[in-house]
Amino acid sequence: MSALVTRSLVKRFGGVLATDHVSLTVEPGELHAIIGPNGAGKSTLIGQLAGEIASDEGSVHVLGTDVTHMPTHKRAQLGLARTYQVTQLAKEFTALDNVLLAVNARAAHNFRFWGNAHHDAGAMQKATTALATVGLSHLHQAEVGTLAHGEQRQLEIAMALATEPKLLLLDEPLAGMSQGESSAIISLLKSLKGRYPMLLVEHDMDAVFALADRVSVLVYGRIIATDTPDRIRENAEVRAAYLGDGA
Amino acid sequence: MSEMKASSLWPVTLRWSAPRTITAVVVIALLAVLPMIAGALESSYYVSFATRVLIYALAAIGLNFILGFGGMVSLGHAMYVLLGAYAVAIPASHGVTSGFAHMALAVAVCIPLAACLGAVALRTSGIAFIMITLAFAQMLFFGAVSLKDYGGDDGLTVGARSTLGGLDLSNNTTLYYVTFVTVLVALYLSWRAVLSPFGLVLRATKSNPRRATALGHPIFRYQLTAYVASAVVCAIAGVLLANLTLFASPAYGAWTLSGELIVIVILGGLGTVFGPVVGAIILLALEEALPMLIEATLPDYKSNWMLLLGLFIFFVALLLKRGVFGSLKP
Repeated sequence: MSALVTRSLVKRFGGVLATDHVSLTVEPGELHAIIGPNGAGKSTLIGQLAGEIASDEGSVHVLGTDVTHMPTHKRAQLGLARTYQVTQLAKEFTALDNVLLAVNARAAHNFRFWGNAHHDAGAMQKATTALATVGLSHLHQAEVGTLAHGEQRQLEIAMALATEPKLLLLDEPLAGMSQGESSAIISLLKSLKGRYPMLLVEHDMDAVFALADRVSVLVYGRIIATDTPDRIRENAEVRAAYLGDGA
Repeated sequence: MSEMKASSLWPVTLRWSAPRTITAVVVIALLAVLPMIAGALESSYYVSFATRVLIYALAAIGLNFILGFGGMVSLGHAMYVLLGAYAVAIPASHGVTSGFAHMALAVAVCIPLAACLGAVALRTSGIAFIMITLAFAQMLFFGAVSLKDYGGDDGLTVGARSTLGGLDLSNNTTLYYVTFVTVLVALYLSWRAVLSPFGLVLRATKSNPRRATALGHPIFRYQLTAYVASAVVCAIAGVLLANLTLFASPAYGAWTLSGELIVIVILGGLGTVFGPVVGAIILLALEEALPMLIEATLPDYKSNWMLLLGLFIFFVALLLKRGVFGSLKP
């Protein structure tokens, strides 16, 4: 069963077709990357998959379940986890509390008014493990607002992992990162590859070609090609539309 | 676990040597012995005044639960104070004097009302949430005005204080201590709730609702539960207020009181458990002391004392971004 299937997904903003009949799949264990020039509709597509943006037409299936009309939090409970292009964290929380919040999203009995959230040893263990996975153990008590940009990006991924996802949507995880920070994230994503089906939206071509099993090229909301990285590199239409564009 | 940073708003463990903890303990200790001091001064007025301060503090603790921790700016919370006051006055006018009955009625009416109003108001956020809570409060205010059988515009006098088991609430000191204990219980409950798994999500809905939702938290359910709990605390404050003043009036639900509660919460320290108590003490003490001070020094300007209060709030807002109590190290 595919982790993610979209069929003819459409989103219109006024007269603009932001998502133009997009059909794609993410297979189990696959890393499927989406590339495309600015304004191609990549973030809109992620928003539709996560449920933050309602689709006008088409359908989305996550692990065989039709989620087309499901609210965001229910999709997350199914195992769909995402990161944001612009970091979305609880800024006043510590790094650990952000991850704990993610762990608790999977807890069956989170509607508890009594008992300290920090005294839940099982949840704390999961939270520390997720922080360790992305290499932020040393900063678990740091307030998020004081973290460097790259560290915040890593924390985003830690939160997604802490929800024990069955499908990861990564919206430009390398956005705004320095060279060193990028390579840390790339090796992290490499280590996660195969363990989770992932849909990766990314600008960084080197990263995409190094990581992806398949690449889809999105131009003006439409997928113009889906293929292995090598063939995408050689595809004339793609070169004309995107790669040739001085990228 | 290493020591928390001073900048962190949410201390995980209470540190007894921290300025915040010491301040809270000192304030509570002073409040505990206040009737004795007032007794020594032979001034029962101050016991009544302190009871009023504690009732405002209680209502502000209720509001703080959603405003400080959930980021919901309700400009209508005085309506639940109004509701609590009428839950005393109306049964009392029919000869029902049991405080337990008053309390039960206040809570029984408050929960479904707050659940309905909250469910509607929470469809919105930001300015729209402020306006819609204000609108509901105004509706309840005029609803109370239209209760011609129960005094209408003029309000309703309560014959005597509620009976509460063996406690004689007609004694001002007893009423004070009942209020004091209620405040302590409310403080303890909100402290526990804030640190609980529920509280973690509630605080996240304030900090980043989008992220909390994307993680899989059904945030509406959390916000609505907090809203109802906060309304119940205000209704209980209303029950106590009607007992203190022996009076219930539509004015208890005026939007200015809702505004005053917001000022108390912010003055004390948004998102601190004890801040509302400090805020209530400061605001009501200033409202009491400033007119006297001006009268003694500049009698011609007596009616302008609000100007000084405004200046004070201005400077607190300017200099202490986290309020008076919130600016202390946790």
